[in-house]
Amino acid sequence: MVKTGRSAPMLRAVCRVQARAGMTTQRRPLVQAEALTRRFGDLVANDAVDLTVYPGEIHALLGENGAGKSTLVKMLYGLLAPDEGRILWEGAPVALPDPTAARALGIGMVFQHFSLFDALSVAENVALALDDDAPLAQVAERLREVSRAYGLPLEPDRGVWRLSVGERQRIEIVRCLMQDPRLLILDEPTSVLTPQECDGLFDTLRTLRDEGRAVLYISHKLDEVRALCEAATILRAGRVVERCDPRTQSSASLARMMVGTQISDVRRSAMRDVSGPVRLRVSNLDLPSEDPQGTSLKGVNLELHAGEILGIAGVAGNGQDELFAAISGEAEAPRADAVVLDGAPVGHEGINRRRRRSAAFVPEERLGHAAAPRMSLSENALVAGHASNGFLRGGLIQRDRMLGWVDSVTSAFDVRKGPRDPEARDLSGGNLQKFVVGREILRKPDLLVVMQPTWGVDAGAASLIRQSLVDLAQGGASVLVISQDLDELFEIADRVAVIFTGRLSAAYPVRELTRERVGLLMGGADPAAAQPEMEESA
Amino acid sequence: MRLTMERRAEGGKWALLLSPLLAVVLTLVSSVVIFWLLGQDPLRALSVYFWQPVSDAYGLQEVAVKATPLVLIAVGLALCFRSNNWNIGAEGQFLIGAICGGGVAVWAHGWGGAWVLPLMLVAGALGGMAYALIPAILKARLRVNEILVSLMLVYVADLFMDYLVRGPWRDPMGFNMPQTVSFGPEATLPLLFTGGRMNIGSVIALAVVVAFALVMARTLKGFEIRLVGQAPRAARFAGFSDTRLTITVFAISGALAGLAGVIEASGTVRQLLPGFSPGYGFTAIIVAFLGRLNPVGCLIAGVFIAITFIGGENAQIILRLPRDMTLVFQGMLLFYILACDTLILYRLRVVRPVDPGATPAPGVRS
Amino acid sequence: MTLAVAIALTIITAATPLLIAAIGELVVERAGVLNLGVEGMMIMGAATGVGVAIVTESSLLGVLAAIAAGMALSALFALMVLGLAANQYASGLALTIFGLGLSGVVGAPFVGIQREGIRRIELPLLSEIPVIGPILFRQDPFVYASIALVAGVAWFLWRTRAGLILRACGENPVSAHALGYRVLRIRLYAVLFGGACAGLAGAYLSLVLTPFWTAGMTAGRGWIALAIVVFASWLPLRAMLGAYLFGGLIILQLHAQTAGVNIPSQFLAALPYLITIVALTLIMAARRSAGRGSVAPASLGQPFAPAR
Repeated sequence: MVKTGRSAPMLRAVCRVQARAGMTTQRRPLVQAEALTRRFGDLVANDAVDLTVYPGEIHALLGENGAGKSTLVKMLYGLLAPDEGRILWEGAPVALPDPTAARALGIGMVFQHFSLFDALSVAENVALALDDDAPLAQVAERLREVSRAYGLPLEPDRGVWRLSVGERQRIEIVRCLMQDPRLLILDEPTSVLTPQECDGLFDTLRTLRDEGRAVLYISHKLDEVRALCEAATILRAGRVVERCDPRTQSSASLARMMVGTQISDVRRSAMRDVSGPVRLRVSNLDLPSEDPQGTSLKGVNLELHAGEILGIAGVAGNGQDELFAAISGEAEAPRADAVVLDGAPVGHEGINRRRRRSAAFVPEERLGHAAAPRMSLSENALVAGHASNGFLRGGLIQRDRMLGWVDSVTSAFDVRKGPRDPEARDLSGGNLQKFVVGREILRKPDLLVVMQPTWGVDAGAASLIRQSLVDLAQGGASVLVISQDLDELFEIADRVAVIFTGRLSAAYPVRELTRERVGLLMGGADPAAAQPEMEESA
Repeated sequence: MRLTMERRAEGGKWALLLSPLLAVVLTLVSSVVIFWLLGQDPLRALSVYFWQPVSDAYGLQEVAVKATPLVLIAVGLALCFRSNNWNIGAEGQFLIGAICGGGVAVWAHGWGGAWVLPLMLVAGALGGMAYALIPAILKARLRVNEILVSLMLVYVADLFMDYLVRGPWRDPMGFNMPQTVSFGPEATLPLLFTGGRMNIGSVIALAVVVAFALVMARTLKGFEIRLVGQAPRAARFAGFSDTRLTITVFAISGALAGLAGVIEASGTVRQLLPGFSPGYGFTAIIVAFLGRLNPVGCLIAGVFIAITFIGGENAQIILRLPRDMTLVFQGMLLFYILACDTLILYRLRVVRPVDPGATPAPGVRS
Repeated sequence: MTLAVAIALTIITAATPLLIAAIGELVVERAGVLNLGVEGMMIMGAATGVGVAIVTESSLLGVLAAIAAGMALSALFALMVLGLAANQYASGLALTIFGLGLSGVVGAPFVGIQREGIRRIELPLLSEIPVIGPILFRQDPFVYASIALVAGVAWFLWRTRAGLILRACGENPVSAHALGYRVLRIRLYAVLFGGACAGLAGAYLSLVLTPFWTAGMTAGRGWIALAIVVFASWLPLRAMLGAYLFGGLIILQLHAQTAGVNIPSQFLAALPYLITIVALTLIMAARRSAGRGSVAPASLGQPFAPAR
């Protein structure tokens, strides 16, 4: 990853603050986990896991989703109690009955899913994380100091509901730093940041390391880990499989340790004809968000051709949900011709009428949106297919047809499950994702709109899903992929557009794009490039 | 040491049946204790409450008479509760149904023909439906809390009934008693057997149960109701509109409550008077939950609750227990159902804290 | 003038039980719990309060017993919704049914026994001031208690750390738990406080307002208190305003009845319920046109079961 260089002055400012002399040279472990085991029902999330973190080190905890990383750090932070094993702090066994005890030792944690309170102000959010009973005005003052010192600007009186995702993460980090932690745990912190924001975060983390603090950095992004961390512990299926210095490893070797098997690359033919007719056209779409905390769409234009995969990149919360709703028909567009499907204006049509026009949709949230958690897979086949799959006869539901459909999806997409027709929540993330993607692809749609197709699924499932999207497009269908995973978009998309604060950039062919350019677009920079060319035609 | 809840791997169908049964058993055990505390002979009291009502043919007919409105209302409420629409004003819809149907009877008294009875039934159902649509439309349009609106309307309906039977609809020959005329034969539901009060209404209730069992299990509408309740966002993804469904289920549930009201008026009470309902609309809430929000379940639960209803009336006379005792049992029963649901779907696990000083167990690699 | 003062006094008396119950429920809902059992707890407070007062011949013991009864029922509710993560709507309804029934059983021996209500406290000299004297300085202790409750709750929720934590639990229990707060314990305290308030409100009915027991004497006041919380947008001072508006309405309707207005008394009696509906509708319409989303605590009514 290339530096943008904007963070150098901040670094110097930080170094002056709170440096702890002598800590960096010490090689006594700061925290050790010994044979930690934690079960959830029959699932062993952590199986005798050992972990050693030294002061002045950025230690990576690598693993796929579901490998047990979050469980391990929740035990270190006192959120989960281990079933077996113990935790040592500076060599002495400690009990961590709750996060307050962990914080008292000097452990701070930044959560993957933020633990913020939207309705409260920044200062109130910070005060809640502090263990002393300081008046709010005093908290706000300290907050200003620390955020200035680390170059993480924050306005104490603002309501959190008005902040961007990046700013929210800043609150999380600042409120940890205000407790002067000796171990800072970050759970997948970069999944919501632009590449440039990531670089800023890495600079902050290096500063913390140089101050003698330890950082436990959870990620599954290999390049990041190689650039940032001095040590790594790799988890697979709840067990430690490897310890290494990631700087001496290649991304491929780290990936092998993490996944255990070789993951096949997505196969795609070099020559793809993407000059087919326009299948989906969105023109000048303005759509106020139904969610008061959401992002309204402003003048969105896009064209999607037959046989093409168009990627929409962007940091979460920039209008992706609204765009998906507008294209799928979950939200009604203000004009019928704002969304045109195969030449027909469908802006006022509901999702099922668009499905009957051979469109198919996969939303981001597997459980609760794409699938009803407590319903069986066959009933979940009915969720998306009651209008278009012939599951009804004479007004009555045909259970056997739905079951047959489940069987077809299962075999075509390698959905692994125990019983024939389990509840959706009983499937693992990867298998459920294969089901909800397969449920749509098996219909052979002409248009597939899919959001975060491989978010939080294991590498094998991700590879299979991406391959199936590519195959679908090669068969002549149009595919729109809305994703925050740039690697994914670079791997499968023909063109990529970026969504930022509800506006969509022009779409550029992938081979003309660099990661940095996309990163700038994701942060709203590069205004010259962000001018959509399509406006001329509109 | 602390308790945690874990979902049982096999929730299974048996749990769905076991939970209400267990709740009934726990309620019986608790009532034995309460009877004993009140200085009653528990066995005798149990027999009054649960056995005497079903010990003869007349008693069985009475059970059917009481179960009919309970089952009708509960089936409708089950649809509402399943889809997260909290209609707790069925009592009001029941009364309005009785008023609308009864109004036809009062109006046609002495000159109406065979058309009176069908017209009454339709008027009652429509009246209940219209009354239920008030909270439904306010919820769908403005997201006004349907619990409070539907409940407030119960008091309004109660006062309206009171006004009618003391005012414009009072029986002129009734010695100034606050009640309407006794309905003529053209406005009374035919009895099924002689020597009892069981009437066609019970057959209607049975037909409603069968129809809605089919709707819930086999039709898209039934699926929609379940999906909206369980996963509202997935329901939207399926193209279902939750506001339209709110209107639909309230309309159905209001119509069924109204139908129950007019059946009670024309089949059982045969006039309108204050205190017309012994709280069927509220008791039906318990019936719906005890019946697992399932139409057939509501039928079984309705019969059981009807027995305790009669038992409560008998106990008032025989044991001189306050009639409110029945409410105590009903509240207790609902508590037990809700508790059993949790206990059967989840397993309580006692977790002992790990001793931080303990060394890892031998055989574990370190 | 004296008539206006008299009316103001009766309005305060009618509003006080609504206010006490509403302020308790407000705290409960701020913690993220919806207790629909206010009516049940209130009437249990009324029955227990008057019963104990008659038996012990002490109004104070009656009031304490009413508070205890409200808390006992709320503890039962807490066991259901906090301990067993049961559905809050259904559990609240069960509590109302249970409370209505149990109050009938408990109160049965005391039907028709009349006793002297709790008297007003007259502050010497101050209470002699015209107009404001009787209104401000010649009230029963409950009225003063209700004002103190409003002030105390407002101060607690917005000026103390504990209040901040309680609101945090109502907004996002998962985050509060992740920060190490014992969400269930905090919610338990809130629920118990709500129960105590509902019990106290019930005692006011049976010890001051109509100093004897009749079954079902709360007549939906618990539900109106719930409506006031929504109407007040979960703000204590607005709850006070709402309670006095409703109190005024009840009194207006009573005066209209006695004054022989040519409207059937049942219609007048239905007014408070109808106005509740109208008020809820107007406030929601106003919020909608102001373009604001829900101001309810974000996790209101949703069960929370921490995994540990």
